[in-house]
Amino acid sequence: MSENTEKWNKGLLGWVDQRFPLSSLWNEHLAKYYAPKNFNFWYFFGSLALLVLVMQIVTGIFLTMNYKPDAREAFASVQYIMREVNWGWLIRYMHSTGASAFFIVVYLHMFRGLIYGSYRKPRELIWIFGMIIYVALMAEAFMGYLLPWGQMSYWGAQVIISLFGAIPHWGNDLSLWIRGDYVVSDATLNRFFAFHVIAVPIILLALVVAHIMALHEVGSNNPDGIEIKKNKDANGIPKDGIPFHPYYTVKDIVGVVVFLMFFAAVVFFMPTMHGVFLESNNFIPADPLKTPPHIAPLWYFTPYYAILRSVPNKGLGVLAMAMAIVVMFFLPWLDRGNVKSIRYRGWLYKAFLALFVISFAALGYLGLQPPEPVLTHLARVFAVLYFAFFLLMPFYTKLDKTKPVPERVTK
Amino acid sequence: MRKVIIAVLFSLMPLVSVASEGNVHLDKANIDLNNKEALQRGAQFFVNYCMGCHSTKYMRWNRVGHDLGLTDKQVKDNLIFTGAKVTQYMKNAMPEEEASKWFGTAPPDLTLVARSRGVDWLYTYLRTFYLDPTRPTGVNNMVFHNVGMPDVMWQLQGWQVPVYKTVVAEDGKKEQVIDHLELVKPGKLTPVEYDQHVRDLVTFLAYMGEPIKLEREHLGIWVLLFLAVLFVVTYLLKKEYWKDVH
Repeated sequence: MSENTEKWNKGLLGWVDQRFPLSSLWNEHLAKYYAPKNFNFWYFFGSLALLVLVMQIVTGIFLTMNYKPDAREAFASVQYIMREVNWGWLIRYMHSTGASAFFIVVYLHMFRGLIYGSYRKPRELIWIFGMIIYVALMAEAFMGYLLPWGQMSYWGAQVIISLFGAIPHWGNDLSLWIRGDYVVSDATLNRFFAFHVIAVPIILLALVVAHIMALHEVGSNNPDGIEIKKNKDANGIPKDGIPFHPYYTVKDIVGVVVFLMFFAAVVFFMPTMHGVFLESNNFIPADPLKTPPHIAPLWYFTPYYAILRSVPNKGLGVLAMAMAIVVMFFLPWLDRGNVKSIRYRGWLYKAFLALFVISFAALGYLGLQPPEPVLTHLARVFAVLYFAFFLLMPFYTKLDKTKPVPERVTK
Repeated sequence: MRKVIIAVLFSLMPLVSVASEGNVHLDKANIDLNNKEALQRGAQFFVNYCMGCHSTKYMRWNRVGHDLGLTDKQVKDNLIFTGAKVTQYMKNAMPEEEASKWFGTAPPDLTLVARSRGVDWLYTYLRTFYLDPTRPTGVNNMVFHNVGMPDVMWQLQGWQVPVYKTVVAEDGKKEQVIDHLELVKPGKLTPVEYDQHVRDLVTFLAYMGEPIKLEREHLGIWVLLFLAVLFVVTYLLKKEYWKDVH
């Protein structure tokens, strides 16, 4: 292999290539990674998720330099960052907005996979890795939200951790073990800090590498849901493929700039997003003796929170909430349609998908509201629709009247 | 088309939730953070009427001075009564443990109160104290029922009493609720002057909640302009490269 690379590069790069597969990595993942040429709007969100991950890590490093993971000092240290650290306010708002942006981008990225069947054979593992990333991201966000040590940080954590208590026999011991105390306390804050800044980020990065390696092994899906590798030219290059670099790097940069415009609009003009990204109760220091009248998790958890509350029994509610996430792992095997992309599916699939999207959004909204009987009934309906999308999938995808799929990608 | 609808639905998700308020009607504070005089007056009122009990311990005196256009000497002469240095945090002399004995609960730090309560809440709260002989302080409040805080600005506003009206509740029972408050003993200020006084105070508290706000919005415009230019450049670059993709 060194002979090959030496032939076209003798300088410093050649020297490196004999010792480290720099050129071959570059080619394998960028310059000679052939992606379908018909990517559309939905394909921006993968690279954007990577961008937000890097942004969260960089801003997180700078926040860590001034944050104090101590129940007596945490709240004040965040105010110190906001008021006295040079550019601290910008770093903090980028990090807090970044958390919500991460979920928006990831939800859109997952939705892309859903509509174009990107989870179908041979991409099941990409989907599974992606789902684990999603779960790790939820853990990361949940533990990060405790760190400012405001009222919502504290009571949100108290409520979520107590959910583990619903597990029979050892549930209460498990919650105790997670908290390290009988209530959320300094011990909890310290361990959440460790998980938030070290453990989970390392897991996330490793999973992202696995996600991308699996993707580059089988190649990208596309809006038509056809395998471009089935149609190769004399050189073995897919006829509908174009090198990721430079074509998709320059295209993704445009996506990055547009994303940053939305992001900057939030960071500079509405960093709290009217109490949705930063809740107003979280500007009050955590007080273990004062329970806020209305505790709701941040918006990205509320679809599941609404499902939890819609079940009258706590244990079954926790189970339903967990199943709402677990069921997504099985998507590759639940879908039995003979086409991948929504473009060639029939009305039946489209109707179920539309109901699912409405249910997810509605549950997200209902989870933010204080519990009222009418709303709980409504949440029940949407929870049933949510599960129906997955559990009935083997049937309606099979029954659905699909359209013929073309040989080559369309524009 | 459906995809577009779905995309819009998704992207609006964070916007749909509205922070749930209580049932009490809140008056609009209509503050202007650019108004330096209002901020200075608000700071003056704050140190005179609030800082006896409340602190703003996440802010330093000289930061307030700097942002409000006051010199260190002006801050020392006009705002600081405790003998603190201008470089110190804005704490007060009241010991927290004693305070909770006196009022039932320690007066909260007010640095972030405009962010946790909102300016409209503060504006309404400070104007709706009314006489209530059942309370140890002799007063109650429209938006903060059974509040522990006495009506410290009664000399300015005067005393108000509630005027009741009868409403029929859902279960058919008739209930007496407060319709509005009536001024029975005027204070030093007219109601219009008092509203303006409270507005200045709330403006100052809004500034304290996020001192960087004006600078943040100012910088944001430049950032968005830069990104708009960058968009044009990157878009043309993309177009140039994609010419050879058919």
